[in-house]
Amino acid sequence: MNEILIIGGGPAGLSAARELKAQGAENVTIVERESNAGGIPRHSDHTGYGLRDLKRVLSGPSYARTLVERAQSSGVVIRTGAMVTGWSGPMSAEITSAQGREVITPDAIILATGARERPRAARRIPGDRPNGVMTTGQLQNLVHLKHQAVGTRAVVVGAELVSWSAVLTLREVGCATVAMTTQFDQPESYAAMAIPGRLALRVPIARRTRVVRVIGRERVEGVEIEQITTGRRRIVECDTVIFTGDWIPDYELAQSNGLEMDPGSRGPIVDTALRTSREGIFAAGNLLHPVDTADVASLDGVHAARALMRWLAGEPAPGTAARVVADAPFTWVSPGLVRTGDVAPARDRVLLWSSEYRALPKIVVRQGTRLLSRRTLPWPVSPGRVFRLPWSMLESARGTEDIRISLG
Amino acid sequence: MTYDIAIIGGGVVGCAVARELAGFDLRIVLIEARGDVGDATSKANTAILHTGFDAVPGSLESTMVARGYELLSKYAKATGIPVEPTGALLVAWDADQLAILPKLQEKAAKNGYAKCEIVGADEVYRRVPDLGPGALGGLTVPDESIICPWTTPLAYATEAKSRDVEFRFNCFVESIEVGPDVTTLHTSSGDITTGWVINAAGLGGDVIDRMLGYDRFTIVPRRGELFVFDKLTRPMANTIVLPVPTEKGKGVLISPTIFGNVMLGPTSENLVDRTDTSTSAEGFAFLLEKGAALMPTLIDEEVTASYAGLRASTEHSDFIVDIDAKQRYLLLGGIRSTGLTASMALGEHSRELLAEAGLLLTARADLPKPPRMPNIGEAFPRPYQRTNLIESDPEYGQIVCFCERVSRGEIRDALASAIPPCDLDGLRRRTRALMGRCQGFFCGAEIDEMMRAGGDHDE
Repeated sequence: MNEILIIGGGPAGLSAARELKAQGAENVTIVERESNAGGIPRHSDHTGYGLRDLKRVLSGPSYARTLVERAQSSGVVIRTGAMVTGWSGPMSAEITSAQGREVITPDAIILATGARERPRAARRIPGDRPNGVMTTGQLQNLVHLKHQAVGTRAVVVGAELVSWSAVLTLREVGCATVAMTTQFDQPESYAAMAIPGRLALRVPIARRTRVVRVIGRERVEGVEIEQITTGRRRIVECDTVIFTGDWIPDYELAQSNGLEMDPGSRGPIVDTALRTSREGIFAAGNLLHPVDTADVASLDGVHAARALMRWLAGEPAPGTAARVVADAPFTWVSPGLVRTGDVAPARDRVLLWSSEYRALPKIVVRQGTRLLSRRTLPWPVSPGRVFRLPWSMLESARGTEDIRISLG
Repeated sequence: MTYDIAIIGGGVVGCAVARELAGFDLRIVLIEARGDVGDATSKANTAILHTGFDAVPGSLESTMVARGYELLSKYAKATGIPVEPTGALLVAWDADQLAILPKLQEKAAKNGYAKCEIVGADEVYRRVPDLGPGALGGLTVPDESIICPWTTPLAYATEAKSRDVEFRFNCFVESIEVGPDVTTLHTSSGDITTGWVINAAGLGGDVIDRMLGYDRFTIVPRRGELFVFDKLTRPMANTIVLPVPTEKGKGVLISPTIFGNVMLGPTSENLVDRTDTSTSAEGFAFLLEKGAALMPTLIDEEVTASYAGLRASTEHSDFIVDIDAKQRYLLLGGIRSTGLTASMALGEHSRELLAEAGLLLTARADLPKPPRMPNIGEAFPRPYQRTNLIESDPEYGQIVCFCERVSRGEIRDALASAIPPCDLDGLRRRTRALMGRCQGFFCGAEIDEMMRAGGDHDE
């Protein structure tokens, strides 16, 4: 009887588990370190979840609950409060829980550990170290799960989707967002959100602006911000600072397993079937592409589950593989590997992240000297959100030469 | 009531002195301006257990560091203070520095430390393969170690408390009146009368000293900024990489930390404000530039934390320890970062000075056993790794802070301990909760809740 271990009980892990059961897998266990499964949507209390995978729109918490229930009713074992802390062998996960310390050596593993926002320290922002400085994750945990208040005047660092989610959460507990800062010229989040968002929430956005100092001994008293072009600095008074976005995968387990890692995304490198560099270990969700929406992570899980079942059935991975690389301003691309004759990637999309905005991007895909495709796409390349490229633009790749994606 | 001894300052030195003197039949009060022990200069240093190889030979600092190393190594074993014998390597990057190495070796010998060896560039790179190009040679200091700077003062304080020392937190000495038999300390929380006064006030040491009529030193808070890198970088630095001290200053070091990270720093900059522990853009830029030359692979890795500490530096090159029998006053001033290593020796030295000055010391026969401190270091198994412990108490298997693998049981224990934390930062110093790479993204709200619930129990 096959045993499959899924590490992480967010959208990717839950949907992977359910799909494995649907495909006839016998023994599927999710190990989730939080006391409840569901991942980040659990504390993201606004609508917009589930469109692509469940074909309906739910709030974050109901989306999380639905995925958990679907996984449970399919016969998946969900172990919460259990954490994989390391590896005692390539396929042997060390787990700590209230039941004790154990080592599980399954036949296959799906890594679905998700992503987190870089906190202030990782962004190397100097100044004082007062209370009241946090990430969106911590804010939403505090407000939605622990029902705590925060301050009354917040500065939100970042202007992407999650940043607006932070603004909404702050407003719920009576904390006004007095400024949002973004390093970019263009709003990073979807125009559909940013314009009504700005109108309805009346948040002033400081563009091309970075935070250069946090001020306040016990509690935050303000942040110093700098307009990058002019170098002009000013202090914004506030008692709360929320660092949003700037996602980094929870990549430590993947790296400590010895998987080949992508220096761009910091996640493990996978092929279009979501196989990692170690046979039997697959990966899915925002561990690979920090971050796309929860429903995309969930569909990744389904994709990984199908590939895993084919592998268990003895189907080998095609042998010839080419790396996918993306030129600046792209900072990462996922999947990072294309095997000749392999399946198409999840949702027939290749995902990229950019540090610059382009309205009508001309995308050029080459393999060696061979032009694979060239297209002007009607959706923008924008910092702070995933750029999705149709798989058809890479499909004709063959052999081992690097596949290079660039802006024309 | 009148105390026999009032110790001003609950840093690593004040706590060590309190613990030592509490072994005798004395009524002791420890007065701390902040809400916790080890919450000022003691909490933000480079956390090295020094052999004293590079002290000024013949100085009090040299004697105290060498003796302190011996005492604290033994005490750490007995109480479970995390210590890791990593050794150190001074690396020479130019001809001048290379030429100094033999002198440093001689100096070490004069300080009673004979194990330093000069090694070539090959050996330097064999020991630290990630070092940047250009190292010409090095000097080894095999017994230099890393130690937990947070558990150390806490262990002293815990034992002092078990030996009946009274702790007054958030208590600020405003003025001092020396009488013929007793001294009155006018504090922010009322008068305290005592026979003897011991000044271990760290950054405030000169202010207290002036209250007693002296004018012999001035503290200049010297800021040191540090970066702490992600745990995944730890294999890059398995030993302490020290700069060779030259006239141009001490330079920065790269050190493994007892918590499994890598530290880069410190800067060195004189400030005026004794409470300014902010970090600066200039400091960061300096560290990143130095770090890029020292260990280029480190600099691109994730930073987990940055902080600044203030050294209590003075115009004197040595520790200032002086006893005034007439005023019944003992000064322990200008104790710099080596104070962590020297702390127990300073306790012992204080005891000897007080005895010479006529304080009657009657050893207590009923002393409780030394405390066993929770292990928050990486060198020994942590609770989450201990099968038997989790079996006996499942709360040690419930990991709350994922990045640092801190269990519910450890947080519970810290909140119920003899010297409980007064805020999240205090909880962090006792358990490591919240000090990891996510800085509270996942667990911040949960730990905040436990802290609030824990506080309620006390009331």
